Amino acid sequence: MSAVTGTRRGAPQTTREARRAGSSRPPGARREERAGWLLTLPFLLLFGVFTAWPVIQSVFFSVTDITNRDLRTPFQVNFVAFEQYAKAFADPVFRQAALNTAYFVLVGVPLTMTIALAAAIALNTGITRFRAVYRLGFYTPVITSIVAVAVVWRFLLHPDSGLVNTVLAWVGIDGPNWLGSTTWAMPSLIAMATWRNFGTAMIIFLAGLQAVPQQLHEAAAIDGANAWQRFRNVTVPVLRPTILFVSVTTAIGYLQFFEEPFVMTQGGPLNSTISASMYTYQQFSFGNYGYAAALSYLIFLVIAIVTALQFRFLSEKED
Amino acid sequence: MNEVGTRSRWWLYVLLTVALVLVITPFAWMVLGSFKTNAELRQIPPTWWPQNPTLDNFTQLFSRLSFGTYFSNSTIVAVVVTAGNLLFCSMVGYALAMLRFRGRKIIFALILGTLMIPGVVTFVPLFVLVANLGLVDTLPGLFLPFLVAPFGVFLMRQFVLGLPRDLVEAARIDGAGEFRIFFQVILPLLTPALATLGILTFLGSWNNFLWPLVVAQSNDTYTLPVALALYSTGQNEQQYGLLMAGATIVVLPVLVVFLIFQRRFIQGIATTGIK
Repeated sequence: MSAVTGTRRGAPQTTREARRAGSSRPPGARREERAGWLLTLPFLLLFGVFTAWPVIQSVFFSVTDITNRDLRTPFQVNFVAFEQYAKAFADPVFRQAALNTAYFVLVGVPLTMTIALAAAIALNTGITRFRAVYRLGFYTPVITSIVAVAVVWRFLLHPDSGLVNTVLAWVGIDGPNWLGSTTWAMPSLIAMATWRNFGTAMIIFLAGLQAVPQQLHEAAAIDGANAWQRFRNVTVPVLRPTILFVSVTTAIGYLQFFEEPFVMTQGGPLNSTISASMYTYQQFSFGNYGYAAALSYLIFLVIAIVTALQFRFLSEKED
Repeated sequence: MNEVGTRSRWWLYVLLTVALVLVITPFAWMVLGSFKTNAELRQIPPTWWPQNPTLDNFTQLFSRLSFGTYFSNSTIVAVVVTAGNLLFCSMVGYALAMLRFRGRKIIFALILGTLMIPGVVTFVPLFVLVANLGLVDTLPGLFLPFLVAPFGVFLMRQFVLGLPRDLVEAARIDGAGEFRIFFQVILPLLTPALATLGILTFLGSWNNFLWPLVVAQSNDTYTLPVALALYSTGQNEQQYGLLMAGATIVVLPVLVVFLIFQRRFIQGIATTGIK
């Protein structure tokens, strides 16, 4: 195609030929059109059936009273408008779950990002040897199944035979019953999630730090800026898009946290660690499909809002 | 930045090493624990090295419990899901990047728009759909919904955009059909992107939890994470040795694969920015 459009004289001629062939587009276009659709078709079918359709249907479910008894006839259900949503806002357990999720996200995301950024800067500028070993070690938890590591952490945090309290006892501290305490259960889950996830953020920060020009640092140092001032005024501005990206993806993941309470606490003690996703799953397993669909839509809505806010808040300062 | 003093650099090494030990300890604890007896795991204070190392936990997992089945279920699902994503996503990625066809822009917008839709939004209607297809508690029910993913298409499209267009034009002039161009000219060039996507997809499937928990309802279809989660919260809650060995079985294969391919892995994460 580039060959014909290249010469001015050739262009109208080809168009005329193409018109004669019954199409307003250059020859070969029809072949390309057919190939494009054939290559895309399997994806479109699978995506349409298993993603697009369920997304649309979950809106529909969330305004009906569908339960597991309607499994075979999902369209013969009663329309209840926003009753399921109203029920959610009045449901004390869901309110608790929403608060717990907010706690998990508001503490977990900044903690994960701070540790990840500190590790990335230490590896990028502070040391010269064994960089790859540290990087590999810090990243390892990310690839593991949350279920499996949650099982292991449950033993680590065991009040009597756990490693954590044993080590604390060496220095004279009588460690609490971490997962059995309404005060300590959530911080324990946050600690585990941070341990499991900071590696991803660290790797992305390390890639982002490559873009920070060395000369800027040197110039700032000559002007008498100390390490903290250089971090604030040279590194952070360049890193802002990376920080935005990491905060969005981490927050999206943490807003859906599920395996941690499922395996480590079953949402307890006294619902102090039940998450919005876990409560949604519970309602689903009780057969309340319409209610579960409404809850899952609320989670989705919060994810969308938080993402939009982060974009607004973090990219505005860029000037 | 390089004027970090020698003394503070040594402190940094100490700090990083302590952090590294903290990060790795749970894994060491898990593997060592899987060789301990139940009684030893209950001991106060806990032992670090197994006193009487035993393989009993592992033999029990595979003889008394069905961890062999769970392992093969997890493997089958992960392999099929990975194969599906590699094939279908590269096809679409190529079509979107190199071919002109009507609807191309709409399809790409659709893919971008659904990149971030979380699994928690769709699992209820998806379950109703899969139930009506008669696929609950079957392996196809586990893998069919995951054969394609918008993220894979996005990744492949970005990679194909970096290839020279002339390749396709030249192959056309040589008389190659469109499918032959894709499979024989383009696909071999996509190897690095396919490796990244393959690793990420396999891991995602192996560690996936919510959907298998919903669909797998019997011993014949449980995947490893589902079986482990149900055992650890059900009647085997106190079987510490079994649970440690079970966690080891889930984690060790991906740990080995990761250590072999770690370079490609970490590059993939850094370029795509998604876990």
